[in-house]
Amino acid sequence: MATVEVTFTPLPAHVRTARLVATAVARRSGVDESLLDEVRLAVGEACSRAVEAHRRHCPAEPVRIEMTDQDERFVVTVSDQAPTPAVHPAASATAAEGTGRDGIGYDGGSAIPAGFGLAVISGLADDVRVLSTSSGVSVRMSWPSAAAAS
Amino acid sequence: MDLKLGHYNKDGIEVVDVEGEIDVYTAPRLRELLIDLVNKNNYQLVVNMEKVEFLDSTGLGVLVGGLKRVRAHDGSLDLVCTQERILKIFRITGLTKVFGIHETVDQAIAAKKSEK
Repeated sequence: MATVEVTFTPLPAHVRTARLVATAVARRSGVDESLLDEVRLAVGEACSRAVEAHRRHCPAEPVRIEMTDQDERFVVTVSDQAPTPAVHPAASATAAEGTGRDGIGYDGGSAIPAGFGLAVISGLADDVRVLSTSSGVSVRMSWPSAAAAS
Repeated sequence: MDLKLGHYNKDGIEVVDVEGEIDVYTAPRLRELLIDLVNKNNYQLVVNMEKVEFLDSTGLGVLVGGLKRVRAHDGSLDLVCTQERILKIFRITGLTKVFGIHETVDQAIAAKKSEK
């Protein structure tokens, strides 16, 4: 299956669109129906994280999603261009509470620790890799595709 | 329709009906409603999630924030949810141990009354 790429302005309203596209491409790739909810949720979490990072650091730059089949797996990579310190899903889940943020459901003092979304992704995809560089963060997730099932 | 919200009082408990998707775009509306209800001295809340089609960590943050606010007034916030795909994110995050989760609104209300 050829790679499908989507870029979108970092607006919360577009995260749903990204979820829907990823789910559709995953279904076409042959990801089992029982896993599509996980794909939808994981991609949504990654996109939400990227959107928030862009809104704080580079609101004019788009968030990028790549979807493809590799080695019998459906692979999704969500990349942002916001400079951030290195993050790791496990470390992020236990990080101290972040500062309050406006507009995305975090109250002042943060009801949910920073990086919680990455921890959720780790619980949904058995293969998650987070690559953090000075120019941005890429979250790569994969699920078994039709080739693996056959 | 992304998110539809409604609320009503039953037996002294404010029930919030949520329908649609709770994500980074729609969660602020739910957050505002919960804050408004608490500001109006409603500290016993039940959030009915039976018609929620999607919930992510942003939505979880709103619910946890609501729980913190009512607990500051010795109140409680319980959930109604039987959908496995919604319950899954509560299980992944361990929040099934934080929230009271019931199968129906009546059961949630009965549980609250028995706690008093």
